[in-house]
Amino acid sequence: MTEQAYSKPIPVPQGESDYYWEKAKAHELWLRKCDDCNQAYFYPRDICPMCFSRNTSWIQASGKGTLHTFAIVHRAPTLAFRDDAPFVVAMVDLEEGPRMPTNLIDVEPDPANITIGMPVEVVFEDITDEITLPKFKPEEV
Amino acid sequence: MADLSKSVAIVGTAESDEIGLVPNKSALQHHAEAAHNALEDAGLTKGDVDGLFTAGYSTLATADYMGIKPKFTDSTSIGGSSFIVHIAHAMAAINAGYCEVALITHGQTGRSARAPFPPDPNLPTMQYEFPYGFIGQPINYAMAANRYIHQYGEDRTRQALAEIAVSTRKWATLNPKAMMRDEMTFDDYHNSRWIAWPFHLLDCCLVTDAGAAVVVTSAERAKSLKKKPVWVLGAAEGHDHLGISTMPDLTSTYSRETGPAALAMAGVTHSDIDLAMIYDSFTYTTLATLEGLGFCGRGEGPDFVAGQRTAPGGDFPVNTNGGGLSYTHPGMYGIFLIVEAVRQLRGECGDRQVPNCKINLTNGTGGALSSTGTVVLAID
Repeated sequence: MTEQAYSKPIPVPQGESDYYWEKAKAHELWLRKCDDCNQAYFYPRDICPMCFSRNTSWIQASGKGTLHTFAIVHRAPTLAFRDDAPFVVAMVDLEEGPRMPTNLIDVEPDPANITIGMPVEVVFEDITDEITLPKFKPEEV
Repeated sequence: MADLSKSVAIVGTAESDEIGLVPNKSALQHHAEAAHNALEDAGLTKGDVDGLFTAGYSTLATADYMGIKPKFTDSTSIGGSSFIVHIAHAMAAINAGYCEVALITHGQTGRSARAPFPPDPNLPTMQYEFPYGFIGQPINYAMAANRYIHQYGEDRTRQALAEIAVSTRKWATLNPKAMMRDEMTFDDYHNSRWIAWPFHLLDCCLVTDAGAAVVVTSAERAKSLKKKPVWVLGAAEGHDHLGISTMPDLTSTYSRETGPAALAMAGVTHSDIDLAMIYDSFTYTTLATLEGLGFCGRGEGPDFVAGQRTAPGGDFPVNTNGGGLSYTHPGMYGIFLIVEAVRQLRGECGDRQVPNCKINLTNGTGGALSSTGTVVLAID
């Protein structure tokens, strides 16, 4: 997909999140982790939002998690999403602890097919030459 | 903390001249009209105003437009709850001597604005939520409501959301200023189209053009004015996240903190409340907030609102103006809760008047269930 063709919002990385987006482009999901309070967190920030330590690093996430919640969007929020509707917005509880916003894809957008708590795994969607969005699909068993 | 209970009063309030679909007025016009009408309601003039409050726009814009040079200025903007929070800030400022007559205004043209407010791409919500389509509150709140369904059961949650939509519309039929005044049946609710499952269209608030204003002054000054003072007995505010994905618990709003704190400051309990005005951006907002405020336990909201208990004639009136769901909701709605609470306490509500309405609790919610402001108001 070319940059010109993609009309949905494109993330603008900040200095402290460049690494997150570089890794996403390499189809890897990385998280910030605090080396003092020992918790991973989302979204990436240099200073830990729990204990306010500056002693933080990056860890690679397994890409596995469970579905915390979802909604099925029937009325597209902007014109750019019109061809996608109905689509699934979701939050995933990652194995490492943090919760992240995403889309659930590769699933029929019907509440009968989607269960909160179901195992999901990351997939990567290259939306431009520079930006890749981590999305999730039901985990294959 | 100093005991500020009953140290200030609301002495004037009004909407802008026309609300609903108002295609040819700017947001600032709504601010000014509402300010004009609220000062008239109070028996005060613009020259009396020395404290100015608003949200969305900066007070730089509202002060310039209305020709006001405030000594105390506050543009705290934390979503639709802001205007409830401004009452507490006015109380603090008046007691500290920074101002004596505080004017809180709001105006918004959610339906007819000729240009949208651009979002800021530097914010984390723009970086991590918008690209996935987490755009607009129906989508955000739908995810919270679905978590509630998961925890407490789909059928009883659905019934509760329907009860709230139907009862709120019943109140709107009694309010000449409400936009949606046709009767709504339970079937109408269940058959309305999906916006973002689990939300039907009739789970969602209106998008209108409207303004309102509130005038707050000291207890002493209030006693000499045109109408009976509506006392601010208690107030509390706070927030615990920005975007919906960082909300710590999707089924618990910050009203769990601000409700009990405001009631404690007021020295009253839940059973003293004659009227609850609860921000209803969505049916779910009302459900989750009634629980957060402590009117019932967590997961008990569906029992609490069952049987049209919150409707006209019910024993627990909620949102007697018809709410954001059926009266008006220009984008941020909190100030309109206060307009109605004041009118009910003064006994000005005609067909929808709650008998013997002496004590009100009002709770505003802002952002993606992010912030709450609670006040307890009363009349002698």
